[in-house]
This record gives sequence, C-alpha cells and structure tokens, in this order.
Amino acid sequence: MAIDHIERTAKQLVLTVQDYSLFAYRAFTNLFTEPRYWPEFLVQSDIIGFGSASIVLLSGFFTGGVLALQSAATLSQFGATAVTGQFVSITMIRELGPVLTGIMVAGRNASSMASELGSMVVTEQIDAMRALGVDPMRKLVTPRIFACISMLFFLTIVADAFGILGGGAVTVFLNHQDGPQYFSKAWESLRYPDIIQGLVKPLFSGYIIASVGCFYGMRTTGGTQGVGRSTIQAVVNASVLIILVDFLVTRVLLALFPPL
Amino acid sequence: MDVVPVVAFRNVSIAFDGPPVLEDISFSVGPAETRILLGPAGVGKSVLLKLANGLLRPDSGSILLFGEEISHMPEEKLFPLRTRAGMVFQEGALFDSLTVRDNVAYQLIVERVPDDEIDRRVLDALRFVQLEETFSIYPSSLSGGMRRRVAIARALIRQPELLLYDSPTGGLDPVTSTTIIELVMKERDVYRTPSILVTHRLQDAFTLCTHRFDAELNRMVRLPEGETDPNTTFLMLEESHLIFDGSLHGLLHSENPFVREFLE
Repeated sequence: MAIDHIERTAKQLVLTVQDYSLFAYRAFTNLFTEPRYWPEFLVQSDIIGFGSASIVLLSGFFTGGVLALQSAATLSQFGATAVTGQFVSITMIRELGPVLTGIMVAGRNASSMASELGSMVVTEQIDAMRALGVDPMRKLVTPRIFACISMLFFLTIVADAFGILGGGAVTVFLNHQDGPQYFSKAWESLRYPDIIQGLVKPLFSGYIIASVGCFYGMRTTGGTQGVGRSTIQAVVNASVLIILVDFLVTRVLLALFPPL
Repeated sequence: MDVVPVVAFRNVSIAFDGPPVLEDISFSVGPAETRILLGPAGVGKSVLLKLANGLLRPDSGSILLFGEEISHMPEEKLFPLRTRAGMVFQEGALFDSLTVRDNVAYQLIVERVPDDEIDRRVLDALRFVQLEETFSIYPSSLSGGMRRRVAIARALIRQPELLLYDSPTGGLDPVTSTTIIELVMKERDVYRTPSILVTHRLQDAFTLCTHRFDAELNRMVRLPEGETDPNTTFLMLEESHLIFDGSLHGLLHSENPFVREFLE
C-alpha cells in the first residue's frame, strides 16, 4: 500500500516536471516567433515592476539595516567596524538583494499569476480565447515571463541600492559610525564579478516566478478551491526553486569568477 | 457532386482517467444544417462540442472541420481554423477584465483592425442581440441572459461558417431563454449558418424546430401545423453513446426506451 503511494507520487512528480519543462520551453521560445503581444508585455511590466517597487524597496532597506546592525556588533570585537560598508554591499549585491527580491516578487506576482490564470481556466475564459483563435501561451504566458525577467533585473538593483542605503542609515544614526567611510568602503570593495553575480541571478528568478506562476494557473482544476490550491503551489514551488537555482548559479559563477 | 460536411465525426471516442465519456460517435453537420444535441446533464455534450473545434483531442477516431482532419492537427494550425467557427460557452466565458466592446471585438483587436471599423462592427453585432447600450460596460454589470447574448455577439462578429452553442439557455428564466432561442433562430434563418446546439431543454429544441424567424416582423413565427424546419435535426447521447440521429418526427416516434423516457 505504502509502496503504491510512493510509486504514484513519484510518477506524478516526474510527470509534473516534464509538463513544466515543456511549458516553460514553449513559453520562452514563443518570443522569437510571431505573433508577439507587446501591449501585454508593457501592462505586465507595470504590474510587476512598478507594483512591486514599494515592497522591494522597503525589504531591501531594512535588510541592509539589519545587516549593518548585526555585523557591527561582531566586527567591533575585532576592531573592524570600518568594513561594515564592504560587508553590507557585497552581501546585498551578491546574495540577499537577488534572493530577497525574488522571494518578495514570487509572493506577490507568482500568486497573482496563478490565481488570475486559474480563474480564467475555471470560468472557461482560456478555452474561449483558444476558440477565438488566440494562443493563450503567447497572449498570457510569454509576456508575463519576459516582463518578470526584465523587471526583476531592475527591482534587484533597487533592492541593492536601498539595502546599502539602509545599512548606511543604521551605521550613521544607530551605530554612530562614519558615514563617508561606510559608503566609500561599500563602493571600493565591489568588483565586476560581484555585480555580474548579482545581476545574473534575477534573470533566473524572474523566469522561475512567471513560468511557475503561469504553469500552476494554467493547469488549475476543481473550481475556486482549485484556484486557491494552484496559488499556494505556485508561491511555494517558485520560492523553493529560486533558492535552489540561486545555489546552483552561485556555484557556477564562483567557479567562473573565483573570489580574490 | 458530394457536399462536404462542415463538421464530421467518425468513430470518435474520448476518456478522462476512467470509463469513456464518448464512445464510437459518428455524425456530420451539413451546410445550413442545425443539429440539436440532447441528453441528460453530464453525458458528454459539452465534451463533444469542444471536440468539434479541437479544444479537446479524441483518443481515437477522426474529426473533420471544414473538410480538414483536426484530431492530430498541431495547435498552431488549429488557431486559424477556429477563427472560422464561433462558439458560445455555457456561462458566456466573457473576459471579465475587458469591456463588452473589447470582448465582442476580441478577434478584431488581435487582427489589428482599425478602431473605427471595430466600433461599427461591434455595434452591428450588439444590435443583432439587442444590447447596444452595453457597449462600454464590463461583463460583471450584466445579467446572466445579457452575458449569453454578448457571448453570441462575440461569436458572430466575424460571420462564422459554423456556430457551436453550449447550453445557451441553461439556468435562465423562460422569457430570457426564449430571447436567446430567437437569436439562434435568427442566425439560422437569416444567415443560414450551420450549427450544433447543446441543450437539455426539450422546449427550446422543439421551438427551434417548429418556428422560423421572420426578418420583416423581426421576431419568430410558428410554422404551419405539422411543418418543421427541414434543416433542424436531432442527436441524442446516452451513457457515452449516440443513440439517436434524425428528424423531429423520427425523435417523436423513436422506439428507443431512453428516448421515450427523455421525451416524457
């Protein structure tokens, strides 16, 4: 009985991975053939980019602040509080900026994509679109994926900048350290490989967020309850995948650009 | 010369993780012909309709739409074929984020038709279903019957060569149902568009058979006693099989016990 259950679950998992791979591949390659729906791309860019800016900005600012708070206590034991700026900027740009932005946007947008497309599936709007001769993959999924990739890139830059600013605010106003020193260290310590690492990751995260959100939305079954289920699956799986892929990308980029 | 059917099913079967929903279904829809698909709820009527324009794929058998085999046709090739057929879904399936104008004009907007022409054609389509006043409002402000009529306008906007109606009167009050049936009849008698109409309401089916649309009076009128529309015929499904294919006369005189029970 237990073996049957494991077998069924394993088969289901393999099937889901296969379906997702085909779905994500098709959604991506659609961009290189006609028809393309640029107005949808712009609308989605506005929803994802401008709509998520405030939460990304705040989470970036306070994460930078927390990093400065936590590190100052430890660094002061070694008389190295001067490198707080270096610590905050490298951590934000290489790791926390991309990952936190990815998870924040996954919570906001993977869920909204899954619920929006899921509702369209259960009310037959997706079938109606197909019946009207329009490909929902091209019209709904591909614009969301490319909007999410491009917007996450810029949102990560915003999170990094506000993270460093938050760290600076804590350094100056709470730790009563030297502000110019903090910012000059933050700037001087950065190398191009750090920037590359920080800006490559959101490209993967953006792709994961939109493709997972749309995938679960488009395979919704079971009415309104099914929409809720799809939304949860989309957020959970997108968040886990972002962290997993972040690990893999970090490993590859560290091999390509070894730390000095 | 042989007339090519608009839709033809040949030994079509389909199942979804269980016993077959439809098994060995064969029938065809000729030009200007209206096929009324009867059967109890959950028998696979909507599935059959979705098979007709390739929204679902059969497990076996073949389906011809406008003379082309679609059961194995790639989805990209099906899209242009589907634009030639209009479909009215059970609950309308209007895009709730778009206005009535944009819903009705959906195909035209995708085809980048100029705005002036879109407005003119949308108004024509809405005039056909007598809902011109809904032009700029959202579907959420419409009643159930109005949503179905907008869905009919959306299906008609490109003057389709085939119409598929999925329970257009389901869940509506008798007066609204009659309005919808009158629109179906108007499309049948004025434009001679072939169609498949799914319903479990016998009254609607019989009205379609025993009435015609009078364009001068702009309403439906009863055909003389004993006459029925020769192009309106019936199909009946029971437990995944097609158990009846014929005229109203044949249906009324069928010996099949399920048909008799359904009629009574």
